[in-house]
Amino acid sequence: MTSSSGPGSSKTRHILGRFRQTAVSLLAVFIFTTLVLYLAGAPPFAAYYHIFMGSLGSWIKFSHVIKAWIPLTLCACGLLYTFRIGLWNIGIEGQVMMGAVFATALLRTGVEDGSPAISFFLAFLAAIMGGAIWAAIAGWLKTRGNVHEIFAGLGMNFVAQGIILWLIFGPWKRPGVASMSGTELFPDNLWLFYLPDLRLSPIGLTMALAALGVTTLMLRYTRIGLNLKAIGANPRAAVLFGLKPGQYMLLAMAFAGGFAGLAGAFQVTGVYHRLIPSISSNYGYLALMVVMLANFNIWLVPVVALFFAGLNVGSIQLPIVLQVDSSLAGVIQGALVLTVLAAHGFHGWRKQSQIKTLSEGAVPNA
Amino acid sequence: MLDINITIMLASVLAGAAPVLLATLGETITERAGIVNLSLDGSILLSAMTAFVVAYNTKSLVLGFAAAALVGGLVAMIVAIFSIYLGQSQVAVGFVLTLMTRDLAYFLGNSYARLQGPQATPVPIPFLENFPFIGPIFFTHSLPVYISLFAIFACWWYLFRTPMGLTLRSVGEHPAAAYARGVNPGMHQLWYTLCGGLLVGLAGATFSLAIKPGWGRPQGAEGTGWIALALVIFGGWHPIRAAFGAYLFSFLQVIGIYLQGWLPSVPTQVFQVAPFPLMIFTLLTISYAQKASERGLPAETAKQTGRIERRARLKRLLRVLTGNAPAALGRPFRPE
Repeated sequence: MTSSSGPGSSKTRHILGRFRQTAVSLLAVFIFTTLVLYLAGAPPFAAYYHIFMGSLGSWIKFSHVIKAWIPLTLCACGLLYTFRIGLWNIGIEGQVMMGAVFATALLRTGVEDGSPAISFFLAFLAAIMGGAIWAAIAGWLKTRGNVHEIFAGLGMNFVAQGIILWLIFGPWKRPGVASMSGTELFPDNLWLFYLPDLRLSPIGLTMALAALGVTTLMLRYTRIGLNLKAIGANPRAAVLFGLKPGQYMLLAMAFAGGFAGLAGAFQVTGVYHRLIPSISSNYGYLALMVVMLANFNIWLVPVVALFFAGLNVGSIQLPIVLQVDSSLAGVIQGALVLTVLAAHGFHGWRKQSQIKTLSEGAVPNA
Repeated sequence: MLDINITIMLASVLAGAAPVLLATLGETITERAGIVNLSLDGSILLSAMTAFVVAYNTKSLVLGFAAAALVGGLVAMIVAIFSIYLGQSQVAVGFVLTLMTRDLAYFLGNSYARLQGPQATPVPIPFLENFPFIGPIFFTHSLPVYISLFAIFACWWYLFRTPMGLTLRSVGEHPAAAYARGVNPGMHQLWYTLCGGLLVGLAGATFSLAIKPGWGRPQGAEGTGWIALALVIFGGWHPIRAAFGAYLFSFLQVIGIYLQGWLPSVPTQVFQVAPFPLMIFTLLTISYAQKASERGLPAETAKQTGRIERRARLKRLLRVLTGNAPAALGRPFRPE
């Protein structure tokens, strides 16, 4: 944040300050969560223990964390493009859903005769298209219709959810009875390959890591990345430079939608092997928080995503062992983002008041 | 088939609109003061849960409503403090709070799910209820519905007919000018965000103690907050127009229930999500209308005067339909 213009000591002080800020934030969240657990009548330390053991207690548990980390990271990468240009892509949730729908649609139509590899490739491609189209609609509503992207995206999320429910209870219902458990399972050969011992999906991992790499390159070293940043920082100046904010907004939305769609395809092929009503698992909304907590820094995104995925997976068993709702994970995640925002704000406020006292002190001399 | 009892239907429109109306009015006040409280969808749920739990344990509806209002106000205060004093984005804080308060509501309310609790009973107003037609529509409701009706006019009167209302609006339109006149914009914004939040909290309580009694996951109030946020825009930041929007929305919902009975072939999912594309469409229309009414009339030949007149009429109509956002909405003022 501050430029490291001074000698090494100021840099260390800066790092120490960040460290202290993080520690204070974590402590605040810890106290808050403990209070919430007391309020709900649950033993706090047992809850923490179960979350920890539920996410890191065994390799199987950890492989579930990775399974959640992959779509979360994909979504977070997509959001970096839209945040860079100053858009709140809340519609990412629906973009994940449409990715899942498009992938399912492709896998359902005449894939028995082709080889699974081609099917997967086409399904992923379709999912990217689906997510990008869904995002572009929200982007178009923003750039052409002047509808704020939060409302456009949110509305599209509900529509996507409606489409999924309609498909599951209508055209794609299971032979026999339609139910909330989703469509029929895909045949085995359309399940994404998992390493049997490690329980990891190499394709999923590759996608997430590639997304991180591509996004870093795009945002740092290409003209598109630079232009996104320029428009995000000052749309009016960007227009003077001959950039068209509308086009770049659509582009950023399409990128975000594409990554989100890929996450949806992974949910279908690698996790649930069918389309279910809650196919997006709230990863889109969660990814928004990941990016905020990572302070829009791509190097922190995978770390924060891993932590959030761990909280999500770890709290799954809370209803069974402690009879409390698994939404505790969301409470902790929200509290974390809020305290970090508060810490940023407090930092800025203190700096400003320091400047103020300095300038006030200077007045008598003048 | 067409056995609609108009009186019952209108009465249910009035009752069904109560929570979304309260939330919309609350947010209108908040946004008029220049703060966007995006946390509505979650804070309605959290206050609905609080209302139910408090009313269930104390057997007192009044305490339930009071606790809910307090919770709504507190959540709104967080947005205001983060924005005014910590310089953080209102959208960011509001969005995080939406998700967090929702999860908090599900978490803390878990053991109260599907319990039979107290609920507000209809309180017909003596004498007035006997008026033909009007009586059953307006005067046979539970207390929160009366409050929502009263709140429309109270908000309008406060905003446009009192000196305090003028200060409120000036803080949202031009905080620097208000500051120059000796008004502390931050304090006013904080206070009115709290007031708006109290109404949002009442909206939550109206759900769990009157309109959709009880608590559960899902409660049935999910999505209302976003509708309320859109209705503020639809209402052009004006309480009476916002109320009109809320009643229109409630009317469409009631129609939807009837339609579901008439058209069993249309899947229920379509009716459940229908409000949201409608929301987008409405916002699209409004922004188009705004653009059209801002565009000046081009100079035209005498031959086209009829067209010009028609356009001018359209422009007047559009001006009635749309309102402008408070100029300083979402941009907190920092005195140098």
